Amino acid sequence: MGLNEFLFLLAGLKWTLALSAIGFVGGGVAGLVVALARTSGIAPLERVAASYIGLFQGTPLLMQLFVVYYGLALVGLKLDAWVAVAIGFTLHASAYLGEIWRGSIEAVPRGQTEAAKALSLNYVSRMKDVILPQAIRISLPATIGFLVQLIKGTSLAAIVGFTELARAGSIVSNQIFQPLLVFGIVGALYFAMCWPLSLYGAWLERRLATATR
Amino acid sequence: MTNHATTPPAATDTPMIVMESVEKWYGGFKALTGINLSVRAGEKIVLCGPSGSGKSTLIRCINHLEAYEKGAIRVDGITLGDDSSTIDAVRREVGMVFQNFNLFPHLTVLQNCTLAPMRTLRQGRKEAEATARRLLDRVKILEQADKYPAQLSGGQQQRVAIARALCMGPKVMLFDEPTSALDPEMVKEVLDTMVALAEEGMTMICVTHEMGFARQVADRVIFMASGEIVEEAPPEVFFSKPSHARTKQFLGEILRGH
Repeated sequence: MGLNEFLFLLAGLKWTLALSAIGFVGGGVAGLVVALARTSGIAPLERVAASYIGLFQGTPLLMQLFVVYYGLALVGLKLDAWVAVAIGFTLHASAYLGEIWRGSIEAVPRGQTEAAKALSLNYVSRMKDVILPQAIRISLPATIGFLVQLIKGTSLAAIVGFTELARAGSIVSNQIFQPLLVFGIVGALYFAMCWPLSLYGAWLERRLATATR
Repeated sequence: MTNHATTPPAATDTPMIVMESVEKWYGGFKALTGINLSVRAGEKIVLCGPSGSGKSTLIRCINHLEAYEKGAIRVDGITLGDDSSTIDAVRREVGMVFQNFNLFPHLTVLQNCTLAPMRTLRQGRKEAEATARRLLDRVKILEQADKYPAQLSGGQQQRVAIARALCMGPKVMLFDEPTSALDPEMVKEVLDTMVALAEEGMTMICVTHEMGFARQVADRVIFMASGEIVEEAPPEVFFSKPSHARTKQFLGEILRGH
């Protein structure tokens, strides 16, 4: 494998990073909205959020990307590949993160909400200052686990034409007929992205734990 | 607690809290049955009764931690409605101390005390911290200001919880079994803090089984059973000449071994 092939893989890596960033940001923002809706105490809103979670957890990401890109095009809504992927990953990630964070919000003892209410803190402050900081800590292992999954899941964006890392690996492998070497390198590059994230999660968890001990 | 040379203000005739025919249901279970209660400014009430008698529910209705189905509650002239504006207005006047302290574990003692004044009363950090330090000093725990709740003993945490509530400048303090979760040797430090607060003229409703505290500070002791107020009397009458059989039975159980 020559330098050109390796650079081609790195170009794929760049797309993978970009797609992951979209998934993190879109999924994080929308996921927070889903989690808050799911714990709002407003029954219709909770049901809508629960259905949303059920729908996007229950169908494959591959299919979701396919529907957003090709399916919407069939009904005349032709989306740019970037937009399609951004929507697809946001839907997918927000359903999972929303459910993870819902569980974490509910795991914060009820007395915390009551104390915050008794101090006449409003909803925004109760969430921002009291509940979410504790919920985030509870959710860290599951959140980091999901984000690592999401990085690896970006390979599915190949279906709408992105030559991200995994697709780049297939292309190079087909050219030089050294699949073991190529996918070994691809695997190592994925590992180089995911491992630091896991380490960061573990570090963050320790740091937040010592802060409250 | 600081020693005031002034005499404590006596209870006045102005009603601070009025409950009129308040009823509360949990599904088919009636938790409160037509509660009528009027508490004057500066008055100290001790609420007691067997577990499940509705005493905690009663005080939790006053700051609307529990919604109630019927009746009316007024606090300092504000009629508690279902809208958030009157609920917020009442909560600003009413401080609450819980059995399990409910301090915010991710915030330091000082931050626990400054959060609500900064958010709700829009105080600046300097002002809020000055108030917090003064009140932490009053509950004799100022030296722990930069620690996290989990680093403190139960008694210390409960005193912080009292200081945190006082930082909002409440006119009424509600205590929901404040010493029930404490190890015996820590009960006194919390009760001493509450006695000092009572002596300064705070309007207080305390759900507690600390009958020594009731004798010492209560203007009235109220006994509840099955969601009803069964008996209310000044402590000297309540303990020596209870009129209802259920009160006698309860006192017999709770005072045994004292």
